[in-house]
Amino acid sequence: MSSTLNYAIGSPISSKRINKEKRFQIYGILALLFAITMLFTLFFTIFSKGFSAFIQTRITLNIDLNQEVIDFEGKRNLDTLQQANYQKLIDDSLKLHSLNLLDQEEIELKNLRSILSPIAYLELRNFVIDNQDFIGKTKKVSFVASDDIDQYFKGKFDMTLPENERRISDIQKIFVDDLKLKGQISKVFNKTLFTKSDSREPELSGVLGAVIGSLYALFIAGLISIPIGIGTAIYLQEFAKKNRITDFIEININNLAAVPSIVFGLLGLAIFLNMFLMPRSAPLVGGMVLALMTLPKIIIPARAAILAVPNSIKDGALALGASHMQVILHYVLPLAMPAILTGIIIGLAQALGETAPLLMIGMVAFIPDTPIYMTDPATALPVQIFMWADHPERAFVERTSAAIIILLFFLILMNSTAIYLRQKFERKW
Amino acid sequence: MADTGIVNISSLNKLKKSKGTKVKVVIKNLSVFYADKCALENISMNINVKEVSAMIGPSGCGKTTFIRCINRMNDVIENCTVKGSVVVDGHDIYHPSIDEVKLRSQIGMVFQKPNPFPKSIYDNVAYGPRLHGIATKKNDLDNIVEESLTKAGLFNEVKDRLNETATGLSGGQQQRLCIARTISISPSIILMDEPCSALDPIATAVIEELIDDLKKSYTIVIVTHNMQQAARVSEKTAFFHLGKLIEFNDTRTIFTNPREKKTLGYITGRYG
Repeated sequence: MSSTLNYAIGSPISSKRINKEKRFQIYGILALLFAITMLFTLFFTIFSKGFSAFIQTRITLNIDLNQEVIDFEGKRNLDTLQQANYQKLIDDSLKLHSLNLLDQEEIELKNLRSILSPIAYLELRNFVIDNQDFIGKTKKVSFVASDDIDQYFKGKFDMTLPENERRISDIQKIFVDDLKLKGQISKVFNKTLFTKSDSREPELSGVLGAVIGSLYALFIAGLISIPIGIGTAIYLQEFAKKNRITDFIEININNLAAVPSIVFGLLGLAIFLNMFLMPRSAPLVGGMVLALMTLPKIIIPARAAILAVPNSIKDGALALGASHMQVILHYVLPLAMPAILTGIIIGLAQALGETAPLLMIGMVAFIPDTPIYMTDPATALPVQIFMWADHPERAFVERTSAAIIILLFFLILMNSTAIYLRQKFERKW
Repeated sequence: MADTGIVNISSLNKLKKSKGTKVKVVIKNLSVFYADKCALENISMNINVKEVSAMIGPSGCGKTTFIRCINRMNDVIENCTVKGSVVVDGHDIYHPSIDEVKLRSQIGMVFQKPNPFPKSIYDNVAYGPRLHGIATKKNDLDNIVEESLTKAGLFNEVKDRLNETATGLSGGQQQRLCIARTISISPSIILMDEPCSALDPIATAVIEELIDDLKKSYTIVIVTHNMQQAARVSEKTAFFHLGKLIEFNDTRTIFTNPREKKTLGYITGRYG
């Protein structure tokens, strides 16, 4: 027998083991690096593409607010003011600006008009109605530029292409370059994106309707799935007898969590729309479908959380003469609450990002109105992203990314709330 | 080794004697089944008022099952059936007219592992009185909390930190807090399920002293693994083996002159 034992690191067996462990650590670090790189790539692409959508190009024109055109009789009657030919005023201004700039023979008025958004005349009308004193004077009025001009100033177009392959013509280019030179082009924060709903014109489209639709649907989903989810979890964990029926229910709840979300959409279509004749495209129905989808995602973590409450605490309260229900209300639920809340918020965050079930119940539609009631037709943020991604206009590309940024913002907000609530409740106990 | 055990205990010569006074609990033909498995078989026993009765026996012999029958804590366990009768103060507690929740407020229990609620020390003790509406005014509640903690010998140690969380106390303090919690609703019987098994000898000694003190006002049934402890604190001792009550007698008799061979074998350390 050898009297010296070999504890040295260099021995073949131990160095083999050490190498193995090191290799494993390296794999882990590599995987982590890969994940972080992917995440940053994702964020970088989305933000670099979407950032410009938060900025809007505006064109300021000198408009001669001609008394003859606007209000011939000078009575300042609202009807008259509303029906005046504001397009003519804009056309006149555009023509005037082009006088020294362009060969007047080549100019097509349509060509010049299209540097502004199609609702420029409405902007002018509202301006005049708000500032009736200005009638008869020449004033600077700011208009939303059309999406092509907007994209041109954001440098999204390759101007070296021949004219017929570009979105903006030479005339338009000369015209807006001159405006820029004279300081009549400005870039401002894109309020439209947050105050308007969908539109055919990118420069006039916003996410408000989709955000409201999403929030309504989420509200309904939470309203239905939170109490039912927690109640189910309490019943199954605390009251239900263990037998074949509860086993069967348990297996099915677990299976439901794995059912593709589009199936829930089909269910909603068949039951809520076809059987109960509920309104199509409504956030109310969307929320109900999302609630079905969220339920198993709330029940499963809630049951785990309730199970994790130590029996010793429950016994302690029972032995003091608390009833089973009192034990649940006083000890089990408060102790399980942080984990239940996390489950709820993660479940709802998933519901917020869900598109497929909403497609089935018709929440995928061009809806320019902002929904007011929960039964109004509406769309949801992820569906809006899905629809905008389909549009050919260049300007919708950046808006798609912007909508993704807004959706991510809401998701991060919800997850932060989950973390905050969890820590708050845990500190209390 | 086998003989020293019995000599050691009897040499203490401080074994208490049952005064043989009034009977508090009468247990008759009690059997408990977990599904089909018989955990307790035909137990009959009288527990005297304001005395300490100790239940000893090897692991799995049914001691814990037995005392959980006295406050119907076994009702919580699924598939557990109890047969026979447990009569407390003349009332059969397994009679359908008995509200087991109310019953438990009169028969308190202290568990093997200290199980303070994850709340402040004050709220731990105040939970019972609040729950049963014993004290509604803040003043009354304060008095009950102070009195209970004093009886449990804990008040002086924690009086400056009543609002701190109870889980920060040491194991022994936690167990005394659980005792304070139990006596806060003034039960008439206190069941103790190996209350010292998770504690060090010093904390154990403190609790044993406390038990000596408490028996002046409460009837105590204690389950213990530790035969010396049974000898030190109890007037009566019951020896359980494999779900059967082998012997139940004055502690002195059990430890000095047991009737049954099995009891002798256990207390002298031959098995268990």
